[in-house]
Amino acid sequence: MSKLTMRFWGVLPAYTVMILLMIIPLGIIFYVSLMTSDPYGGYKPLFSLESYTQILYNYDWDNNLELNFQYLLIIGRTILLSLSTAILCLLIGFPVAYYISRQRKEVKPVLLYLVTLPFWVSMVVRVYAWVLILSNDGVLESGLRLFGFVDDIDSLLYNNGAMLTGMIYSYIPLMILPIYASIEKLDPRLLEAAGDLYSTRIQTLYRVIIPLCKAGIVSGFILVFVPCLGTVLEPILLGGGKTMMMGNLIQNQFGVSRNWSFGASLTILLLCIVLIFLFLQARRAAKLNQGAN
Amino acid sequence: MTKAVQIKGVSKKYGSYQAIKKVSFDIHDNEFFTLLGPSGCGKTTLLRMIAGFETPTTGNIILHGQNIENLPANKRRVNTVFQNYALFPHMNLEENIGFGLEMLGWKKDKRECRVNEMLKLVHMEQFAKRFPSELSGGQQQRIALARALAPEPEVLLLDEPLSALDLKLRQAMREELQDLQRQTGITFIFVTHDQEEALAMSDRICVLAHGEIQHLDSPINIYENPTNRFVADFIGDTNFLDVNVTGSNVHATSIETPLGINIDVPASGVKVGQDAVMSLRPEKISINKSVDGVSLPGRVMHRTYMGGYTHYTIQLSSGADLRVSMRNNISNNINYDLNEAVTLGFSPASVRVLGE
Repeated sequence: MSKLTMRFWGVLPAYTVMILLMIIPLGIIFYVSLMTSDPYGGYKPLFSLESYTQILYNYDWDNNLELNFQYLLIIGRTILLSLSTAILCLLIGFPVAYYISRQRKEVKPVLLYLVTLPFWVSMVVRVYAWVLILSNDGVLESGLRLFGFVDDIDSLLYNNGAMLTGMIYSYIPLMILPIYASIEKLDPRLLEAAGDLYSTRIQTLYRVIIPLCKAGIVSGFILVFVPCLGTVLEPILLGGGKTMMMGNLIQNQFGVSRNWSFGASLTILLLCIVLIFLFLQARRAAKLNQGAN
Repeated sequence: MTKAVQIKGVSKKYGSYQAIKKVSFDIHDNEFFTLLGPSGCGKTTLLRMIAGFETPTTGNIILHGQNIENLPANKRRVNTVFQNYALFPHMNLEENIGFGLEMLGWKKDKRECRVNEMLKLVHMEQFAKRFPSELSGGQQQRIALARALAPEPEVLLLDEPLSALDLKLRQAMREELQDLQRQTGITFIFVTHDQEEALAMSDRICVLAHGEIQHLDSPINIYENPTNRFVADFIGDTNFLDVNVTGSNVHATSIETPLGINIDVPASGVKVGQDAVMSLRPEKISINKSVDGVSLPGRVMHRTYMGGYTHYTIQLSSGADLRVSMRNNISNNINYDLNEAVTLGFSPASVRVLGE
């Protein structure tokens, strides 16, 4: 067998999986998004861009197109909440990762194990635990009342704050682990050198540690931000269905609303948002690399 | 002579391991001072305590009259050249050298001026915009020096800075380091395990072992008059022979040697009856040359030709082996053959008697 055919047979399984599980389903979704929705569910094989216009416009009583901010609000909220989650995860996760990396050799694996431990429990159960914590007369409220901090709280549950809390909780390990990996690679002598050259701890953090951990920070940010965009569970359980995110919206179109075309077009939009963020990041990284060489 | 650094009763414990045992000495201003010893002797620990990366368990470190043992590294006017340079990989050379100045709050134009001056000092002007990864080991070494010298520290600490370089470069850097020290007039504290390096560069050497000072003196005194067996063994090459001390006064020590002779050698602190060795450097012994002193017949057992030198192992009629080193110069370019009968000569004045 020649080298070329060897290579072909070698990568064939990978390509098969990719095509079957990614390219074809994506193609189907894209196809459906371009079809007319059927009021009785599913879609009619008639080309139409209606499902895309539906994201921005609405038909009023006289069948005129009318701007409709309802969905833009959900899209905006999704991006904002995901960005906030990623930023807060970074602010919390970086010190945690740094702390773990400074521990003794025997302690490190234990702490890392603890960070990944929640992954062994079903996501639903973990998010539901927050319902118990945040609900009226839940753990947090009764705790606060016990110590006399509050008299009566409106509700800690079913708002953006509750969703944010749940999302940070769910995704923070994905921030801690890559940052930990990049801090581990950091030469401790560089930190000593910075201190030796009169830099305070804070200056060392901003001038040496963070720039050298950029790769870990960026990948952690992407690993948190991207799944947050499509999150479904937290809005249902912690947002109480009052505040929707794109994931729920899409789920509803394929389920309750039976508007497959609209669901598919929202899916394509979500994919585009992710791709734009990844593209911007890749371009920045390329520019940085150019600067370094 | 003013004192740049005073080490007063400093000790350092890691758990139950005592790395430094109550060490005291002074380092003078404008001195090239070397801490020399085998690995694990505590020399790097001592340096790191002066730099501020470790705090002494007990004792004081005084920098120009000020107690600094509890100051963090960034508050000490002391800079370090690290063993593996520790240049910041994300900064170019200019930024690396300017880092300390920036942290001290120097203005940008003043900083640039100083950085250029430093680049010139280490002959690296044309590399200002490069990154550390684009430099060879020797070049990185120079930048590390420039970075540490730029803020004009009161004392410069060098932690085995030459150990990562190859031999030729190491020898060239020795001279450069000495020149730099003279040009800048900054006190250098140099840590090394390489005795040759220490002898070549230092004004004074402190030989350390097991966290204790073995000998602190000029290179000549350390080599010629070592205080104990460890120092004589660690610095240079020597012949050790067990001897009996038969007499001792302020002028001379009388010893009974396994060479089959009794000689009077320069006075040592060793008392009669105490366990002692004599140390005789291989280059202080001559072959087939009449000398004022002892002559002994022997036979060549081993010969190693080193180019500039030839090392012989000679077995004496008494059964003892002596190593002899001969320089191959114009007047002395004979090589003796194996098993050739020769006569060794040395002066008792070259013999040192050392306690165990």
